[in-house]
Amino acid sequence: MIPLQAMCLALVALGALAVVVARDVVRQALVLSLYGFALVALFVVYQAPDVALSALAVGGVAYPLVLVAAIARVNETQRRRKR
Amino acid sequence: MTTRGRTALFLAGAGGLGALLLWGLAGLPDFGHYAGPYGDILVHVAKPQRNIANVVTGVVFDWRGFDTMGEELILFGAVVGVAMLLRETREHDVADVVDAVRSDAVRASGLVAVPVTFVLALSVIAHGHLTPGGGFQGGVVASAAFALVFLSAEYRAYHRIGGTALWDSVEGTGAGAFVGLGLLALALGLAFLENFLPLGTWNTLLSTGSIPLLNWASGVAVAAGFVLVYGEFLQETMAVRHGKAKP
Amino acid sequence: MSYLPYALGAWVILVGLFGIVRSRNLIHLAVCVSVVQSGTYVLLLAIGYRDEGTAPVFADIPLSRKTVDPVVQALTLTDIVVAVCVSALLLTLAVHSYRRTGSLDPSEIAELKG
Repeated sequence: MIPLQAMCLALVALGALAVVVARDVVRQALVLSLYGFALVALFVVYQAPDVALSALAVGGVAYPLVLVAAIARVNETQRRRKR
Repeated sequence: MTTRGRTALFLAGAGGLGALLLWGLAGLPDFGHYAGPYGDILVHVAKPQRNIANVVTGVVFDWRGFDTMGEELILFGAVVGVAMLLRETREHDVADVVDAVRSDAVRASGLVAVPVTFVLALSVIAHGHLTPGGGFQGGVVASAAFALVFLSAEYRAYHRIGGTALWDSVEGTGAGAFVGLGLLALALGLAFLENFLPLGTWNTLLSTGSIPLLNWASGVAVAAGFVLVYGEFLQETMAVRHGKAKP
Repeated sequence: MSYLPYALGAWVILVGLFGIVRSRNLIHLAVCVSVVQSGTYVLLLAIGYRDEGTAPVFADIPLSRKTVDPVVQALTLTDIVVAVCVSALLLTLAVHSYRRTGSLDPSEIAELKG
């Protein structure tokens, strides 16, 4: 158990840093989804299946959909302005 | 203030905050040696007092049901806020937007994925008090089934089934049912949100009293809330993309 | 060594704060706020963990088995719902502000300058 936990902790730490350092929002949306999956792995290793299910549903579907829709709306206007 | 100055100021503050956090966290019991009494007491009384197998669902919907009611109302308020801020485009402006997915593979896999996801969501909500799951998790998966309709077909299909007239009332019904069940307990002479149905047999669907009812109320409210939020964001994007709203 | 899980919670919170301070895009800022909130989930679940403990679901295990704490898991569930609501509202505000001022950069929007 201990090496598995240590690896999940390291993945979450690196994932958080990667989400924050990503400058382009589209790239950040993708890295956020990967960070969400790293969090789910950590929750499973912490023996919390309810929380893992919740984080999976939210970080896999609800949050990326809303985020990408907001990004698309902003990019759409920028594309129209450039024309 | 320049970015550099802001970063330097932040690093100074973060150093202090980090040191304070680490010093405070050092006072906790060692990792893996959870000492607190409440978790042990709840695990001990889960079967005799409530006949529930999933203790976390019991905490969420029974022992701390009041907090969950607050959480449902936070979701309700957030949906109201999103709708108010984004609802400048009127719905019939976007009802005829054509933006179909062209790939047959995506449409076919959507045809399979949508009903399977929906049934999975219903199962997760129904078995919330027995296995990991519950109202919130199942509600988000149910809203994902509707989002899959948009992703695999086209926006018009989502607009037709995710219409606000229906889902507004469904969400209100879910949130209202949660509070209503609490008031019903009050009317029966018990405390607000107290368990008022017979506890049933261990590990069956009809056990644990009124917790499955609260589960369904919260699942319905959460699913409807998320469908509404997706609808608002997608409507905004589609309207701008097809020139129906000022960019 | 046993201190690392708690330190991870503090690390994620501070990293998220760093992202908020250095952000030049309102949508990037909303995502960094959600990173800060995820730091609290990690900290809560680390507090409730017990060595050799299993998930507090007794559908298929004997009742005498050692489990982890169920209360912090319930708290984390509520935390995740609140985080989604906050993020949805922040993204809505970013889109709305973009509609009004034409920019997503906090330093260009007069009301948010500083």
